[in-house]
Amino acid sequence: MKINTYIFLFFILLLCGCSSPPGTWGWYVINPNTQSGLTNIKFLIGGFSSTIQLSIIAAFMSIILGLIVALPGMSNNIFLRTISRIYVEFIRAIPLLPMLFWVFYGLPVVLKSMGININIDAFWGAILTLAISDSAFTAEIYRAGIQSIQKGQTEAAQTVGLNYYQTMRYVILPQALRRILPPLANQFIYIVKMSAFASVIGMQELTRRANEIVVTEYRPLEIYTLLIFEYLILVLIISQVVRWLERKMGSDESKG
Amino acid sequence: MVSLSPAININNLNKWFGEFKVLKDINLTVQEGEKVVICGPSGSGKSTLVRCINRLEMHQSGTINVRGTELTNDPKSIAEIRSDVGMVFQQFNLFPHLSVIQNLTLGPINALGLSEKEAKERAFLLLERVKIPEQANKRPSQLSGGQQQRVAIARSLCMEPKIMLFDEPTSALDPEMISEVLDVIIDLANDGMTMVVVTHEMGFARKAADRMIFMDEGKIVEIGTPNEFFETPKTDRCRIFLKQILQH
Repeated sequence: MKINTYIFLFFILLLCGCSSPPGTWGWYVINPNTQSGLTNIKFLIGGFSSTIQLSIIAAFMSIILGLIVALPGMSNNIFLRTISRIYVEFIRAIPLLPMLFWVFYGLPVVLKSMGININIDAFWGAILTLAISDSAFTAEIYRAGIQSIQKGQTEAAQTVGLNYYQTMRYVILPQALRRILPPLANQFIYIVKMSAFASVIGMQELTRRANEIVVTEYRPLEIYTLLIFEYLILVLIISQVVRWLERKMGSDESKG
Repeated sequence: MVSLSPAININNLNKWFGEFKVLKDINLTVQEGEKVVICGPSGSGKSTLVRCINRLEMHQSGTINVRGTELTNDPKSIAEIRSDVGMVFQQFNLFPHLSVIQNLTLGPINALGLSEKEAKERAFLLLERVKIPEQANKRPSQLSGGQQQRVAIARSLCMEPKIMLFDEPTSALDPEMISEVLDVIIDLANDGMTMVVVTHEMGFARKAADRMIFMDEGKIVEIGTPNEFFETPKTDRCRIFLKQILQH
């Protein structure tokens, strides 16, 4: 993204502030020059670590889970294909919030009835939900990417004696990865944003902290504006990293 | 050359693509060291036949036997046959994300268990044999079509196959690059490699083939020595085909 874009965003923000009648904005709640403002802003920004941890671990799990779901989906075995298909269709159909409730409140009960006594806290409940929910989409991304690689590549790999795992590992996935990366990055951004739902089960991430300050300070406009920009910053950073990665991989392909 | 079991023995082979019958009662025996050239109009099933031999296509009835191993659904039999059979494709099918040398060593390292050093030594010998050792560290996309196909041949030879299958190896090449690829194949033929070649290069066939096979509509219509085949074709279908492709 060009530096111009940031300047543009800055002016939008400025416009928001200036175009409103006096008394609309009360930035004092997060003014770092006052004692209470500083405490508030520290508290709000402190949510970054949870949101980032949540998103990265969930994205990582979803990338692995997605591959585990996608590969059987392309097998010649109709049984494996059906299982993969059902998983994708079923998981894709569940809205995130109900799934979060089910995992957080319901899953421990199911596990207990099976004799497994695991207490799922808000952090892992949220991660599990995000990862499972996202894996259905990641699986579809993998499928599209892998199927876009010419059949001749698999055939050539087979004729030089590679087995299924080796063909995937050395021939298909490295080529598919370049095509998968942009939509996968999109999915990661989606996870970061959806992690806000973790606030409803008590996870102390960005949104939850914003809600808590809103309740005590009663300044929703300022707090939620800040919250939006907090997510914006995260997403912009991800975009930059992905662009850099794409450039690196792109040049890698053409390099001798 | 006398050996106990033929290199390839195909018996009553039938194959359908859905409703369409592509191969009809194919019977063919290829002896060790023999060079067989298959020609015929497009859609006659010649590529499919060759691809059945190493299970890139599955046959529905009949038997295929390669050097004493019958080709079944058992992955072991498939792996064993593939380890004996090398294949060169019309579209080269090189791995575009790997360098030339990595293309050559991938199979030997992973399937044969060679060390990287051994695999590289073997690969360089074969690159010299196909006359492009200087291109070892380039990507396939940086090579000409003829060079790419020679790399593909070398990649196949790295697995030390006993039989080589060529599926229209020069059909995707610019005319001026055809001979450099055919030279390599003829060189291989002179070395005694068993080969089955699907091609329309009749000059090459005359020079290299022990036997010519003409296919049409999924059937083997004619089998004979190149001399018989070119001078005295037995069927009208074959005469017309030869007339058409030899006109120019």
